[in-house]
Amino acid sequence: MSSAMHPAMDMAAERGMQLSPAGESGVQLLEVSMGPQHPSTHGVFRMDVVLDGEKVVKLKPVFGYLHRNHEKIAEKETYLGNMPYTDRLDYICSLTNNWAYALAVEKLAGIEVPERAEYLRVITAELTRLQNHALLIGFLMQDMGASGTPLMYAFREREKIQDLFEALTGSRMMSNYMRFGGCRVDAPAGWLAEVGKMVASFPQFLDEFEALLTGNEILMARTQEVGVVTRERAVNAGLTGPMLRASGVNYDIRKVDGYGIYNRFPFRVPLGEHGDTYDRYMIRVLEMRESVKILEQALKEIPDGPIQDPKTKPRNFRPKVGEAYGRIESPKGELGFYLISDGTGTPYRYRVRPPSLINLTLLEEMCLGHNVADIVVILGSVDIVLGEVDR
Amino acid sequence: MSAEALQIETVKAQIEAAVPGCLLEMVTNPSVCAQHSLVVAAKDAVAVAEFLRTADGLKFDFCSNVTGVDWPAKETVAKVKVKKLVDGVETEVEETQKTVTPGYLEAVYHLFSMELKHGPLVLRQRTAGHEVGAEVASLTPVWKSAELQEREIFDLFGVVFTGHPDLRRLLMWDEFVDHPMRRDYVDPDDYEYEPTAHDEILRRAREHAAAAQEAGR
Repeated sequence: MSSAMHPAMDMAAERGMQLSPAGESGVQLLEVSMGPQHPSTHGVFRMDVVLDGEKVVKLKPVFGYLHRNHEKIAEKETYLGNMPYTDRLDYICSLTNNWAYALAVEKLAGIEVPERAEYLRVITAELTRLQNHALLIGFLMQDMGASGTPLMYAFREREKIQDLFEALTGSRMMSNYMRFGGCRVDAPAGWLAEVGKMVASFPQFLDEFEALLTGNEILMARTQEVGVVTRERAVNAGLTGPMLRASGVNYDIRKVDGYGIYNRFPFRVPLGEHGDTYDRYMIRVLEMRESVKILEQALKEIPDGPIQDPKTKPRNFRPKVGEAYGRIESPKGELGFYLISDGTGTPYRYRVRPPSLINLTLLEEMCLGHNVADIVVILGSVDIVLGEVDR
Repeated sequence: MSAEALQIETVKAQIEAAVPGCLLEMVTNPSVCAQHSLVVAAKDAVAVAEFLRTADGLKFDFCSNVTGVDWPAKETVAKVKVKKLVDGVETEVEETQKTVTPGYLEAVYHLFSMELKHGPLVLRQRTAGHEVGAEVASLTPVWKSAELQEREIFDLFGVVFTGHPDLRRLLMWDEFVDHPMRRDYVDPDDYEYEPTAHDEILRRAREHAAAAQEAGR
């Protein structure tokens, strides 16, 4: 092989070493293993990337570094005993995980939820959405090289929300809050007023954040027309959540299923036009503004009353034989739980439908033809948490 | 929610009219949510899926959840009264009869329609057995969203999806031999033990220390 372009390649050829074939640009293809220990992969995720110069010609995601067989553990545990495990799926959004699991069990056993508990669920879920989206944007900017500032702004807001979660559930991240037919504890005195203050100050943070970012030239150059997903591909690949809506598909499970009491809230569903990384950023900003509206209304309307269905006995809980699939709109997409009961106290089959994993289906298609630095940005805009991807 | 409005019997009849000769079986779900399902034979699965995805009024364009279920072989013991000749007299004798229901693996698909906003429709495929004939048809050519999830079922349950573009293990490592989500899976009792270079170095260190002690140093 005489076409080597670098002295090192000539040396390798002299020693009879096998060289990888040349790409279209004439340069040897380079295989890079990004991850599992790479700061931009948001955890232990690996991508085997083949590069032609700077251009990505192949990308294969590699999963399983955080695999602990969550589903198998759940099949040996009681229904209630699984609730704390769901916190550890997507550990940024433990409260929505709780809700999705509780919803699936409530479908399976036909349990009613009291009014006040429904409102508490909406309030905690929307606070979770605010926290998740703010963090995601912070991390996305960090991945893009905006070192520190936006992430710290996001963390400042997250800290306020985590303080509220701690006051309500006793834990900042691992909340273990929802129960079948209600919630574990009622809000402490003055808690709702504190949430009200936080919600009232949040639009100010968003304005500040947007003033820094939305019209930023570097942000636009790095994200517009990068990682485009068309409408048809997004639907066919089962993308959900902000990923799907950035491609212009009007599908929000809060609207479609109206689970809980969501059909009482007249919020809007923001949609993207281009399906690129910029739209995925923008959708999250707009969704936060809608969440603020939902929170304001919920705080105004929340009634007094019980927070737990008195007929449900969670400690000796044995649903009848049958199966159920329950899903909610988690901040990352459609989080579903599929349960099969054989009439005993442990689920016969327990399945988590992880939005983080399924949103990665199109990762290769999104990255092909882009520069290697764009992979980091595209992956950042997908919004994955490895606790949920690998389970 | 329009899920309940969708009558599974009408869907079944529509499929039977559109895909001639296809074998469909309805499985009723006794749970209150009444999400009934349709079992489709592997030979018809792709045609049925394509019909469900495109047909007017159905348009199940979104395959949300794909998962596996293991149903091991069941042995049921029943006491049956049988008339027999005992010492020349016909008397009723109780006998135990064993019946073995063969086990199978199942792939379950939860379908929704993003266009018409209905669902879920539950579609199931069943394998002939656990080791021999553990095969069903891959629906990845119809819904790309099944790609990673079918790989996961192949990995954890050992269901082979024919027609899948890239059937490899997803979560376990490639050298792993068993399927951990099966009901009869036994955990290895030495999974904490990992032979590493470290053990070899420790052994040599111990030998070195012993030799030093012998030499009186």
